[in-house]
Amino acid sequence: MSAVPQRTPAAAGVYGAPPAARSPMGEAWRMFLRNRAAVAGLVLMVGIVLMTLVGPLLYPVDPFGMVWAPFTPPLETEYVLGTDYLGRDVLAGIVHGGTATLAVGASAAVISIVLGVLIGAFAGYYGGWVDATLMRVTEFFQVLPPLLLAMVLITLFQPTLTTIAATIGLASWTGVARLARAEFMRLNQQEFVRAARALSASNARIMLRVILPNALPPLIVMAAMNTGVAILFEAGLSFLGLGDPTTMSWGFMIGASREYILDAWWPVTLPGIAIFLTVLAVSLIGDGLNDAFNPKLRER
Amino acid sequence: MTSIARAVLYRTAHVLGLLLAVLVFNFLLIHLAPGDPAQVIAGDMGGATPEVLAEIRTRFGLDLPLHEQLLAYLGRVLTGDLGYSFYFDRPVTALIGQRILPTLILVLSALVLAVVVGTVLGVISARWPRSWFSHALTVLSLAGYSAPVFWTGILLLILFASVWPLFPVTGMYSGIGDRTGISYLIDVAHHLVLPAFTLAIVYIAQYSRLSRAAMLDVLGSDYIRTARAKGLGEGKVIFKHALRNAILPVITMAGLQFSNLFAGAVLVETVFGWPGMGRLAFESILRRDAPTILGILFFSALVVIVANQLTDLFYRLADPRIAGKGSR
Repeated sequence: MSAVPQRTPAAAGVYGAPPAARSPMGEAWRMFLRNRAAVAGLVLMVGIVLMTLVGPLLYPVDPFGMVWAPFTPPLETEYVLGTDYLGRDVLAGIVHGGTATLAVGASAAVISIVLGVLIGAFAGYYGGWVDATLMRVTEFFQVLPPLLLAMVLITLFQPTLTTIAATIGLASWTGVARLARAEFMRLNQQEFVRAARALSASNARIMLRVILPNALPPLIVMAAMNTGVAILFEAGLSFLGLGDPTTMSWGFMIGASREYILDAWWPVTLPGIAIFLTVLAVSLIGDGLNDAFNPKLRER
Repeated sequence: MTSIARAVLYRTAHVLGLLLAVLVFNFLLIHLAPGDPAQVIAGDMGGATPEVLAEIRTRFGLDLPLHEQLLAYLGRVLTGDLGYSFYFDRPVTALIGQRILPTLILVLSALVLAVVVGTVLGVISARWPRSWFSHALTVLSLAGYSAPVFWTGILLLILFASVWPLFPVTGMYSGIGDRTGISYLIDVAHHLVLPAFTLAIVYIAQYSRLSRAAMLDVLGSDYIRTARAKGLGEGKVIFKHALRNAILPVITMAGLQFSNLFAGAVLVETVFGWPGMGRLAFESILRRDAPTILGILFFSALVVIVANQLTDLFYRLADPRIAGKGSR
């Protein structure tokens, strides 16, 4: 069956080295690496992830433990970033508190992407009444303010990390669904999809193997943006005291200490910087991906 | 039937359908939540006594089949009864009625601020895309996009209400004296500055990027070149010809984001002690007061639906190209 002409080493020798074959994804990756801001975001993100993974092992202070006098300022004792109003170590909170934020942010983003792509793909691919029904569902979720919806769900069900991630995902998939729908509709009209259909490929195969890979670039950018939103979302919920009460998180630290902000700025400001840097890293990566997938937009 | 009448009819049916869906969703949530629905309705009001639970059961007919309960619930909503908050000991409609105006004031001022400031920044930056201003705006908008709103709020509060006390720390009006008329409005506006700006930051960042991109697109188009070739002044080219097209994506986005603004208001109102629906949501969540929080969800959805319809209408008026197309 292998009638595909192979480029032999001899032929390469005659015609000179062939240009290295690059996949579109590989090309985008090269573009991404040339973008200084995007690489800075990636490095920052890797650093933050490492800190939350390895940090608790290197710095095993209990973030809920009252270790020193309350309101100890930074750089005065062995507790480098000071303590909060209960004498809890702020550095321990920052090191341990990232796990919940990152885990919930990432899984919520995955949930919202999977849900959004599924719904958008079916709506865009099948059209007709499937599209009409699914878009009604999307519209319904769009009129419910996401944070309020999450607050309701968390009040009625228990605030564990799993329910919080599921709740955030459920409250933020609509944008993905609209994007996926538009992409599937657009690509469904293209020649190569018709060709696949003419070759009697099944609907599942066309959706998964033919359309989805081509719809990926904008969806990947959206995934990055959604991760940032989900992290802010988790931080907001735990700031309101709706996080998992057994896990330390950056938002919770800010919410707990905000009443004492005039006595001590550090328990509020420092975890905020941690959230800020994390979302900034995600945004830089998202922007970089956007530029990498759409080189024509770079001038903007 | 004329096409306008048909469009209005279609739209009304559409809106009513959405509202009905929100109500059914609310109803199902109470019954899907783990535990006794009577307990959910009572909330954590200091341990509901068996008598209260029994009263709730008869009052809401919790022993009836589910579909009869749903019909009864919809009937009550039609008469303006969204339930009763046992924690606040008041009907939910009365609670929300008291809080909706402050929230609308906050959300609308933030929205107007974001659209105006965002567009102006974006237009300036698009006019001089290689300037230091443009680069600074790109960096700042990224920062504004990444900072958690409750955190920026607290920092602004320290800076401008405590370290440099330009604005009041909390609330919507000063308790001192009975202010009326203009002096009352000025007082409220003074309290509004920090929360509205805090809520607007993220959207200023987004809209400046959006309008910059749209403006760059428009400025490269033929009709702008024609306008310049005619010898029109730069101000006229920018503000009369280009801006009109560049602001459309911002308006669309702003309309779509109304529900996000409502969600952001929960956090901002909590930080600034703004007596709106968001803080009511926060207070009722602490007490697991389900009727109130579900009422707030319904009311917010109602406001968002109205806002979406208005945006759509505005969009049609502003862009005659889509006026003739279908009614969606």
